[in-house]
Formats: sequence, structure tokens, C-alpha cells
Amino acid sequence: MTLGSVPMRYKVSIDRDQCMQCMRCVDNCSYGVYRVDGDKILVDSRKCTACHRCISMCPRDAISLQERPVDYRSHPVWTAQVREDVINQARTGKIILAGMGNALDYPIIFDRLVLDACQVTNPSIDPLREPMELRTYLGKKPSRLEFKKNDQGDVELATELAPNLKLETPIMIGHMSYGAISLNAQLSMAKAVAEMGTFMGTGEGGLHNALHPYQDHTIVQVASGRFGVDIDYLERGAAIEIKIGQGAKPGIGGHLPGEKVCVDVSCTRMIPLGSDAISPAPHHDIYSIEDLAQLVRSLKEATEWKKPVFVKIAAVHNVAAIAAGIARSSADAVVIDGFRGGTGAAPKVFRDNVGIPIEAAIAAVDQKLNDQGVRNEVSIIASGGIRNSADLAKSIALGADAVYIGTASLIALGCRVCGNCYRNLCPWGIATQRQDLVDRLDPEIGAQNVANLIHAWTLELSELMGAAGLNSIESLRGNRERLRGYMLDEGMLKVLKVNPVGA
Amino acid sequence: MEKVVIDAKGMHYTPLNKQVRQAVASGAKEIEINNVLGQRFIADGLRGDVKITINGIPGGDLCMFMNGPECTVYGNCEHAPGNTMDGGMIVVHGSAGDAVAHSMRGGKVYVRGNIGYRGGIHMKEYESKKPMLIIGGTSHAFLGEYMAGGLIMVFCMAEEPFMQDRGIGSGIHGGEIVIRGEVADRLLGVGAKKVEFTETDLKRLSPVIEDFCSRFNIDPAPLMNTNYTRIVPSSSRPFAGKYTWE
Amino acid sequence: MCGIIGVIDRARSGMDGSGIKKALSLMNERGSGEGAGYVAYGIYPDFPDCYALHVFYDNLVEPKKKVDDLLEKWGRIVHQEEIPTYEQPGLKKQHIPWRYFYKPHKDLKVGSSSPEDDLVKTLVMDINSRIEGALVFSSGINMGVFKAAGWPEDVADFYRIQDYKGYIWLAHNRYPTNTPGWWGGAHPFNLLDWSVVHNGEITSYGTNKQYVESNGYKCTMFTDTEVVAYLFDILGRRHGLASDMVVKALAPPFWDEIDEMPERERKINHAMRLTYRSAQMNGPFAIVVATSQGIVGFTDRIKLRPMVVGENGDKLYISSEEAAIRIMDPNVQNIRMPRAGEPVIGRVIV
Repeated sequence: MTLGSVPMRYKVSIDRDQCMQCMRCVDNCSYGVYRVDGDKILVDSRKCTACHRCISMCPRDAISLQERPVDYRSHPVWTAQVREDVINQARTGKIILAGMGNALDYPIIFDRLVLDACQVTNPSIDPLREPMELRTYLGKKPSRLEFKKNDQGDVELATELAPNLKLETPIMIGHMSYGAISLNAQLSMAKAVAEMGTFMGTGEGGLHNALHPYQDHTIVQVASGRFGVDIDYLERGAAIEIKIGQGAKPGIGGHLPGEKVCVDVSCTRMIPLGSDAISPAPHHDIYSIEDLAQLVRSLKEATEWKKPVFVKIAAVHNVAAIAAGIARSSADAVVIDGFRGGTGAAPKVFRDNVGIPIEAAIAAVDQKLNDQGVRNEVSIIASGGIRNSADLAKSIALGADAVYIGTASLIALGCRVCGNCYRNLCPWGIATQRQDLVDRLDPEIGAQNVANLIHAWTLELSELMGAAGLNSIESLRGNRERLRGYMLDEGMLKVLKVNPVGA
Repeated sequence: MEKVVIDAKGMHYTPLNKQVRQAVASGAKEIEINNVLGQRFIADGLRGDVKITINGIPGGDLCMFMNGPECTVYGNCEHAPGNTMDGGMIVVHGSAGDAVAHSMRGGKVYVRGNIGYRGGIHMKEYESKKPMLIIGGTSHAFLGEYMAGGLIMVFCMAEEPFMQDRGIGSGIHGGEIVIRGEVADRLLGVGAKKVEFTETDLKRLSPVIEDFCSRFNIDPAPLMNTNYTRIVPSSSRPFAGKYTWE
Repeated sequence: MCGIIGVIDRARSGMDGSGIKKALSLMNERGSGEGAGYVAYGIYPDFPDCYALHVFYDNLVEPKKKVDDLLEKWGRIVHQEEIPTYEQPGLKKQHIPWRYFYKPHKDLKVGSSSPEDDLVKTLVMDINSRIEGALVFSSGINMGVFKAAGWPEDVADFYRIQDYKGYIWLAHNRYPTNTPGWWGGAHPFNLLDWSVVHNGEITSYGTNKQYVESNGYKCTMFTDTEVVAYLFDILGRRHGLASDMVVKALAPPFWDEIDEMPERERKINHAMRLTYRSAQMNGPFAIVVATSQGIVGFTDRIKLRPMVVGENGDKLYISSEEAAIRIMDPNVQNIRMPRAGEPVIGRVIV
């Protein structure tokens, strides 16, 4: 015990004058912060995760929460977090796992990019009264068309188009597997995307029966563990996505702990109850770019070339060249996941240190594909840290066709980004399989909240486009003229191919 | 219905698979494909009750995602036959490349000769679905890596009479690997352990041994004893102790 | 990236290029139609002791004048000509492939045990890094590389490789991620007598590049494979290691295997790993290297790329896929898959 304990991370206190002892905090806290002793509610602040469930349920605003109530000696290098990690590892000798996305204080490029608007030389468009097209097709486009004349002498299209996904708005919900999140969370999202005319990813946990009614709005994922993957699953999805990597932890596999493998998860993933679901770091049938082409084609061959196949990679240093290789593989879209992407659990050293930001990745990939003349071969889907409609608009202007959102959609379901997803105790019923907690999330209400979010962003995107004098999303895509960099260095501006403000 | 014969000489795999699907759809119970040379994905995602004979060297991912058919190959296979296969059977009268039966979740793969690296990697079972990879010859390294269920048997009836390659069952957390003869401790991967192969095991696996032998006209007698090493997971949570939470 | 195949006739009987063209085309699923190439040994019997320099010229005016001047300064151009090419519907001429048959003045190089090789090596490095519009892509004696950006069959027909007879052929079908469409980026890569075809990616490239550069080489091809040719030149030619020892340096045994070896072997492997730590190659690879004396094929230490070997009499085949060997030689015998890091060596016997 030479190390002793570290200071508590959060301090919870109850304003006893306000409290009416309704016990909602006691009932709602799944982490065991509150306990009743006689007629008093006792508080164990050390168990608090700042999930805010109690605060949101307290009818009297009686609960307050303070982060890091105990100071360390301030030091710019040896921060409290750094010191506590060292203490943790000195105790355990283990790899530190953490939830949610990158938590280091890197500058956010989105916040150093500004959008454009029309003044005088061209009119802005009012999207409420004028046509505004956000419809987006994801998939391969031909580079040119061939026509022929039929027997009647009419012109007919000779080129055959590859299957594309049709989105009413360029916002999709990214892959969060059943197992990592609850069925009610997945159901909420499925209902929302069906209502909004867009799509959601299944994650690598298979497709639960309850989601079958929404299968035309799902993108089924094939990851290295191949959980839940059989020919039936492949045929149900509107598209298939091969997951190579994930922005939160590029280069390593996944690991769903046995505790989270309940009866339903076990049946959807097709693995025994309570067994660990281990996804290897690579697909062991892909060790090279030509092997990726082989997996893409095997999926197409299995589904008779009727489904678009996407390939998701983490944004890493060489992302542009890798995407160029993917563009040659028969794949229909490349998904790039930036280093701010969320996750249930990732080794902290990876989460915070590996990969590159999505903004630079989008620009680099779009540029490389353009330079090589293969941009029409694949669509680009961006994900990893898209927080609002401004990030969405900037992503598209940098070259993305559409985005995946993850964390934002969870926040729409109640998530407060406490980062304890791996503990199976999520009091919001999102990242848990405990039935009493899952029941807290009503899929009808959840669906409405997620749909509201997508709807609001879509409206804002329309407004931004209208202000810029654009009435179709095609004209925003890759339109870097409508972006300017504010306090970005020259190297970054070059990568983004964006001029500085004033230029 | 009569046997359907397809000449695959110089044919691309897509029209070849189309012909196979058409034959199955029109009720064929037997298909013979001749002059196969390097065509990938044969019987990919195929369902149904049909026996397919392949004469030649099929390319990678033979019978990937397949569920039901029985496929016999007179020749060697390249990379990953039985990849993510769901049900049915592959019988190879020859050898096969790396990652045989990769992520296989059901059915059987029999290989008369040898297999390459990472055979049976991440095979997994669920309820009644229990995949089997049975090898007449020997295997290269990382056999049954990440294995999460099912059965791998290696009979070592080859020029190398015992297993020599490392990393057996590395990261295994379900299922069993049974190898004829002694297996040196240094060849075991992380999380794998040896246990005794008992008379009960022999009794349990006898039908498998006999079925394998009957497919290749091998006398099963020399294989019907307890001269095997059985390798199983030392834990169903091999990496649980590696992490601490923030 | 890609698909590879190599063949040697150990009795030095010549094979024309039609067989290897068929074999490489059979592996078109492994490529993307943006790069293919061939190398053959013994193809220039009329100039048996001249360095055959194959050069891509962007034009024959400025760069060629500079190269001619440089070559004449350091040696004698015995003969030079444009390499005959035949444009294909899918492959147009983007550079002018030219060849020189060249004899360096060896007395101009001091302090070297192989002055001619060193002279030619320096000339190749100089031309490729300093003369814009010229790229030497082949520089050995009585051998030559033929490559371009296109499908294997188009590249073969472009150079009519069936018109050349060699006792060793290597070929490569490229699936590029970087520099697609650049002729110099196609394999084989060659320096002097060494030619390399490679499937995979060398994740240790940065380390290996530092090492070859510190030994006087310049990486000018924008690709990882280039270093393999230079590593073989350093270890094989300059340090005089046998092929199997070079392979041991590049894809060494694991430490736990070395720890278990008998003393003499352990000492050698221990010393090799310490000495050649920066030459060790990591990442997935299957590589075939050729010289006029033979071929050697090997894979990375944990066998992340496929490699199949077959034999028929004097012929030894090494390939990514068995089917490719069989289409060249339906009667091939002893098909096998070597272990990781195990060198497969075919030496000429006459």
C-alpha cells in the first residue's frame, strides 16, 4: 500500500435543503454512488462517472457535481492525468483501457476552417422557399457514358450503372455493434434512419431479428471476427461494409468481454454465451491490398454483384495511398475514420496517440483520388468527431460524399460522454446489456430524438448551402473554394488545399 | 436430373459461378467442373443440396460463405478454402494453402495432404454448429490461432511424421486441436495447453476418423488409438488479464 | 501488393517469354492493370560481357545528351539503340525505352575490389537522382528488365518478350497504391546483376532506407522494393554473403528460436541479428531475387504472403499461385509451400 489512493475524480453533493428524498437518484445510479441509511441518502463520490443520470432525474436540482475537487501541484508536463496513469500502471503492470474517443488536447482543424456566404456578386438562396437538393448517392459512378440507338431510333443508355445507396441527407449513423450497445439503442437508430431516408451501420455484431424490418436501411458490417456473418446476413443489408480499422484504435482488434455476451448477443453474433468475442487486429485473409480486392470480390460474388461494398479504414499516415488502393479493388465507397472517432473501449495509448484527424484525411484522400483519376470509382464517407452541421458541411467541402455520426447520435439518446461504456452499467440503457437498464431507453422516443437531430442538421446544412448560393449537395462536395483556413499553418493549408482567410 | 458438366477452361469465375447457381436452381444434384485453373470464389455463398466435383486447381476462397453443398477437389487448393463457411463440406484430394477454414462457423473441411499457415484461424462454434477441419498430412505454424470453437485434427501422415511448427492454438479460447503423436511444449501458442487424449476422446472422435478415412480410402486402423495430443484453451478469456481501466 | 512468378533453368537452357506471360496474366486478379514487368537473364548473347543499361527517356534531346556524355566520360558505349516496342491498344509509349551495351573503364575507379560494378552502380545512382527525364531501370550484364504501366499481357506484347530467350525469368503483376501509371514504379527492380520482384509491403522501409543510404545508395523509385535490390548488393556482393545468409539477415529467426539453437549456430545467428539489425525487413513479403547465378525466393518471418514452389527437371518455379506455375508447365512436380523465412534457392549448374 505504498502508493495510497489517488484523489477522487468527481465530488457529488446533495443540497439537503432542496432534496425531498424522492430516491430517484438512488434508483437511477447504476454505479452505486447513492445508498440509503435510515432516512439519509449517503453519497460515495468515488463511484461517480459524471454520467449525469441522477442530475437529469432530480426534480429539485439538488445534486451538484464537481470535477477534480482535489488539486495536484499544478505542472504543465506532469498533469494530474499523467501522474494517475503512472500510478495505475505501477500498481497493475497492465495496458490502460479507456472509453470514448481521443481525449488529448489536439487542435481541432474544423474549428480553424470557416465557411463562405454570398454577397452582391451572386444571390444566396432561401432553402425554405427555393429548391434545395441534399439527395446523395453512394457508390461507384462511371467516368463517362455510352449511348446507343434502339430499333425505333431512340437514344438509350448503353452504360450500366453500378448499384448505389440513395440517401435523402448526407448523414448516416456509423457502426456501433449490438453487444457494444443495447438492442433498444440500435432499434432507436434504425427507426430514425428509416424515417429520415438514410442508413445506419450494424457494427460487427450481426443483425438482430428485431432489426429485420429496417434491413433496407442498414449497412451490414464484416469485420475481422466475422461475428454474425453468413450469407443470409449479407443478403439482408442494403450494403456491406468491410471494417479494416477504426479511428479510435487503428491497427488493433476489438474485444467484447464475456460479461456483455448475453443470450441475445450470443445468438446474433453466433458465439457461445459468456465467451469473449475477440476480433483479431487484421482480417486474417487480408495481408495485402490485393487480398482486400479478393475479399471485396468474394462478397460481391456471394451476393451476385447486387450490393455496394464499402471499406472502412482508420485515418493513418498513408491514408491517401491506401484509399487509392481501395478504389481499385471493386469497392464502392471508402470510409475514413479519423482519430477522434469514438469507441466502447480502447487502449488509451492508441486512442490518444495513433492516427490522424479526419479533416486532413478527407482532403488528402479526395486529392489523391482526383490526381489518379479514380475519384468516381468510390464514394468517400467521413467519420470520427463530426459534432454538428458545420463539421458536416466542412467535411463535404473538403471532399466527402457523406458522413457517419456516432457519438452525436448517442448523445441524442441520453449519453453524456462519461466514457464508462465498457462496464456494462450504462445508466442510460445505451452501452449495456443489463435488461433493467436497457428498458430505460424507449426506442420510440429514442428514434424521435435521433431523427430530430438528423433533421436539424439537415436544415442547417441547407441554410449554409443556401447562403453560399448552392442548391445541390454535388456543388458543395470538394468545393474547397468555399472554405478558408483561419490560423492554420502553411503546411496544413497545403494538405487541405485551402486558402487562408483574406486570400 | 442428370449430372451437369462445366468446362471451366479459361473461364472467369463470375460466369462460372453463374452456371453453377443456374444448375442448382434447376435442380441439379451433381455438378462436375473440369479444367479448373486458378478461378477464385467457386461456390461462394452457394446454398442447396448438391455435390460438386472440381478437377484442377481452384483459386482462393473456395466455398466461401457456402451453406450446404459438398465440394470435392481433385487437386490442390490455394488460399483459404472454406473461408467463413457456414455448412456443407469440402474434400481436398491434395494440399491447401494458408488460412484454410478461416473463420469457419459450420460444416467440414477435409484435406488429404498438408495445409499452410494459420489453418482454422478463428474457427467458431455456436449451438449445433460445430466446424471441423481435418488434415491428413501436417500443418505449418499458427494452427488454430484465435480459435473460438470447433475441432481441428491433424494426422501427420506425411513426409514429416509429427508437428514441427510453432504457435499452435495461439490465443485459442474455445474448441479443441487434436494432433497425432507428441507435440513439443515449445510449439504451443499463448493461451493453449495440452491435456491427455483419453479413451473417451477416442470413442467420441472415432466417427470423425472413420469418415475421413473412408473419403480417401485410408485404412483407419493405425489411427484408432490414443496416440494423440489434445490441445485446449487454458481459459475462455485468454487476454482478460492484460488490461486495467483508466 | 501484387503477384509474382520466377523460373530458372538450372542447365541454362533458354526459355522464351511466352510462358511467363501466360503465367503472369493468369494472376491478373492480383494486379490492377497499372504495372507489370519481366526480367530475363542470358538474353544478350551478342554482348556477353557488356553492362546492358536499359533507360527510360522522356525525350531523346536533353536527358540523353547528358547520359551519353556521362557514360562516355567513364567508359565506352559499345552499342546503343532504342529497345524495339510495339504499341498495344491498352498500352501507349510514355517513355522511350533505350539500351546501351557498355564497358566502364575500370582503372578510373580506385580502392574497390569490383571497380566495374562500383562504377556502374555510381553512374546509375547519379543518372537517376540528377538527370531529369532519364531513368536507368536495368544495369546488369547479359540481362534486361522490361516493364511498363499496363496489364501483363500488354506489357509482354509491347516489348515482344517472346523474342527474348533467357534461362532465368522473373515477372511481376502490380497493384499500386502509390505512383500508379509510373513506369519506373513497376517491378522488377534491378541494380547490376540483382533483380527483385516483391509481393507485399515492407513496414521497416524507413529503417532499411537509412541503412542503404548510409552505404552510398540513393532511393529514387518511390517504393519500398527498391531497397531489397540494394540490400542484396551490399550483403551479397560487397559483404560476400551467400544467398541463404543474406536471407537470414533480412528475415532472421526469432530470438527464442536462436536461444534454443546449438552453440555454433546460435553464435552465428546472434551475430547476424546484431550486425544486420537495420537490414532486417519487417512486414508482409514474398520476394524472389535473381542474379546470373540463380534465383532465391523467401517470405517474411511469419509468412504473411503466399509462395508456392514447383520443379520439373532442371526447372525450378517460384510463384504466388500454383495455378500460374501449372499454366506454364502442366507437368510440374513437387509442388510445395516453403516455411516462413526459408530460402528457396535455384543455382545454375553449368
